[in-house]
Amino acid sequence: MILLLTDGVPRRVLKLLAGLSLVLLAAPLAASDYLITVLILVLYFAYVGQAWNLMMGFAGQLSLGHALYVGLGAYAAAALYVHFGVGPWLGLWVAMASSAAVGATIGFLAFRFGVGGVYFAILTIAFAEFARIGFDHWGWLGGSAGLFLPVANYARNDILTLRGSPTMFYYVMLTMTAAAFVLCHALLRSRIGYYWLAIRESPDAAQALGIDIFRCKMVAVIISAAMTSLGGVLFAFYYNNLFPEQIFHISRSIELILGPIIGGIGTLAGPIVGAFLLSTLAEGLSEIMRWVGIDLPGIKQVFYGFCLLGVVLFLPDGVWPPLGRWLGLGREEGDRESGEGER
Amino acid sequence: MPAEIYLNVAVSGLLTGLVYGLMALGLSVIFGVVRIVNFAHGEMMTIAMYLAVALFSAYRLDPLAMLVPIAAVLFALGYVMQRGLINPFINRPEHSQFMLLVAAALIMVNALLIAFGPDARGVQTSYAFASYALGPLIVDATKAYAGLAAVTVAAGLFAFFRYTLIGKAIRACADNYAGALVVGLDVKRLYALTFAIGSACVGACGSMMVLLVDVTPPLGPTYTLLAFVIVITGGLGSMAGALLGGVLIGVTEALGGLLFTPSAKSMFTFAILVVVLLFRPQGLLGKRLT
Amino acid sequence: MTALLEVAHISKSFSGLKALENVSFVVPEGSIIGLIGPNGAGKTTCFNVIAGVTQADAGEVRLAGQRIDGWRPDQVCRAGIGRTFQLVKPFAGLSVMENVVVGALNACASVRAAKVRAGDIIEQLGLAEKRRDVAASLTLPERKRLEVARALATGPRLLMLDEVMAGLRPTETDHMVALFRALNANMGLTILLIEHVMRAVMALSSGLIVLNHGQVIAAGPPAEVTRDPAVLECYLGEEAL
Repeated sequence: MILLLTDGVPRRVLKLLAGLSLVLLAAPLAASDYLITVLILVLYFAYVGQAWNLMMGFAGQLSLGHALYVGLGAYAAAALYVHFGVGPWLGLWVAMASSAAVGATIGFLAFRFGVGGVYFAILTIAFAEFARIGFDHWGWLGGSAGLFLPVANYARNDILTLRGSPTMFYYVMLTMTAAAFVLCHALLRSRIGYYWLAIRESPDAAQALGIDIFRCKMVAVIISAAMTSLGGVLFAFYYNNLFPEQIFHISRSIELILGPIIGGIGTLAGPIVGAFLLSTLAEGLSEIMRWVGIDLPGIKQVFYGFCLLGVVLFLPDGVWPPLGRWLGLGREEGDRESGEGER
Repeated sequence: MPAEIYLNVAVSGLLTGLVYGLMALGLSVIFGVVRIVNFAHGEMMTIAMYLAVALFSAYRLDPLAMLVPIAAVLFALGYVMQRGLINPFINRPEHSQFMLLVAAALIMVNALLIAFGPDARGVQTSYAFASYALGPLIVDATKAYAGLAAVTVAAGLFAFFRYTLIGKAIRACADNYAGALVVGLDVKRLYALTFAIGSACVGACGSMMVLLVDVTPPLGPTYTLLAFVIVITGGLGSMAGALLGGVLIGVTEALGGLLFTPSAKSMFTFAILVVVLLFRPQGLLGKRLT
Repeated sequence: MTALLEVAHISKSFSGLKALENVSFVVPEGSIIGLIGPNGAGKTTCFNVIAGVTQADAGEVRLAGQRIDGWRPDQVCRAGIGRTFQLVKPFAGLSVMENVVVGALNACASVRAAKVRAGDIIEQLGLAEKRRDVAASLTLPERKRLEVARALATGPRLLMLDEVMAGLRPTETDHMVALFRALNANMGLTILLIEHVMRAVMALSSGLIVLNHGQVIAAGPPAEVTRDPAVLECYLGEEAL
């Protein structure tokens, strides 16, 4: 299986990935508690960004309401835990199923009725807002007062119920992000991966080659929604409180697309690079502000806004493609046996 | 509940809806001509609202009296935005332009947060609690004035596009980009002008809206969304449609708030949006897009 | 010879303009049929109706006896019709190899098998050196060959070619003609081609159908059709000879 996945990937890239993995695995040993929480957040955004990227970069559908799936996943798993004592490892299946169902509904409505482009984006926003207000009035899930998970002591790491120290969450998040990366890589080289790229490049030509566009888009939406919801599950068990106003808010949706857009839509490494870059720069900015002594709430968001602006204006493909080329990890390097370059 | 309450709530919704409609009108004009989806629309109105608040708290100037200056400021902002930011990238793919304005919106909301803080700010005019009685109808003075102002500005806009040379030139650009170029119109300048007009529209709206609600930074995105819903419901590119959509949404919201819970009234707005997008994407009065 | 493709009484109007009027013809299995006529005659509209891109107002289309009118383009492709576009539509951001693999996936069960098939077809079309180049970097003649390769990779029973020779040098044209002849002879591939380059049409076709103003004005062996006064009257296209 590993051979199948690494087939065609240049040795340089594999070595780089291996090195990176080692660094990330060892990080908690050297990092401060604060840094670990920052890294958890970075990995979270890398993960959710990757899930969003699947829908946007691979199937070409701009979703500005992805927070919907985060919230659904979070609430599903949290409610099961709070009301029925069902642990997150079982709860996540319900979370994925419900998100997938909602995603499928939105996708179906959109694709069958020909709602595309900007209209689709607005549709996704509308659904997220609908959920935000709806959950605000849903008493059984806590309503606007919020849903709280019982917090156990952190001394013991219980992975079955995801109660534990930040380090435990770090490794869980790291595993999720790595798995997402591998999954997307596998998907891209599979049949549906080729179909998605074809649809993205030219839907007419894709259809003429026998590709069922509706089905492929639906698959992208469903996988994206399910993946995102897992991020929500982790969110719930990490923060232990959920408020509809926050988790479904449009600023969450915008937040999670910043990484992939800045890193590079449609690329594998884009969301991860974007998340790390943004967080590093943001933390740097915070440090400078602390050092200078100015406290400006919202300055991070303004900074993100400018980053987004800069990328859209000057680097429309994102930071990763030129960076990757500069590092010599471009698509020209090919494994001669498989006869195809790394995408 | 006695019928009067429904009537009063409906009229109240109608007046608010007129202001909504004007806001949507600005968006519709921009989209109809420049073909850009102004994702920062609500945020720009929020800027106007804060301007009104600032002028009121500093100099006790009535927002409605300040309507023209505030609109002028937003006009300038819109012109600069289109000229500097959007025009150079007019040929980029759709979602690229969209993202540009998303970024602008993000910056605006948080800049406002930094400048004014998260607390709600409002304007207490001398007539804030006054009302007019017309038979069974009791109408808030603020709503009455705001609605009136909205209709006046909208009428002015209609007249501008119908009767002035520039207005006609702009409509020409909307109808046929290539044709407009061939005829010698400076399309880029007209685009900038149109965006500016749309922004001025939304600026005027801000002056009116501040009489109706208190302003907080996150209000921006809420109103952007509302403007979209109205424009899509009423019909993209149709000015009358925007006003009609606004009134429809205003009344629905008000009645929905009365019949169910007030805080859930936006849910109806979204339900309407979904229904329209699916079954009549061109809106009530819009032209069917090929 | 049995009929592979039957087009019966197809009519199509666009906002009052009659693009196709009562068009009927047959493409026998294993033959190469040329669809010719002046510009605007309705040839590409005809292709689009057959391929499922446009729905006809009236009439039937049958592939091997089965009705396929009203089917979606992807369904038509899976039924066995491959087509190229007059204005080529490459997957610009993908490599030549990846482009053809997308087509090959229609005929193969696995990505691995598709890559092998794609590799063969790329060789046949003379694009082997450019296999890893991004499609956007190809010249127009190369893009046309890519278009053909992609359609061929889907494993069609009927290949519909829309002006693939336009812009090719005579030697390139001859190469393509030889390729199609070979595919037709060795694999029994049926071909329906829209073409203005008469050199290619006359060299390949066993039969011609002439469209003018949306109507079939002549059909039959090339020798007959080219002498038909009705055909001679309407512009026959460039004589490359």
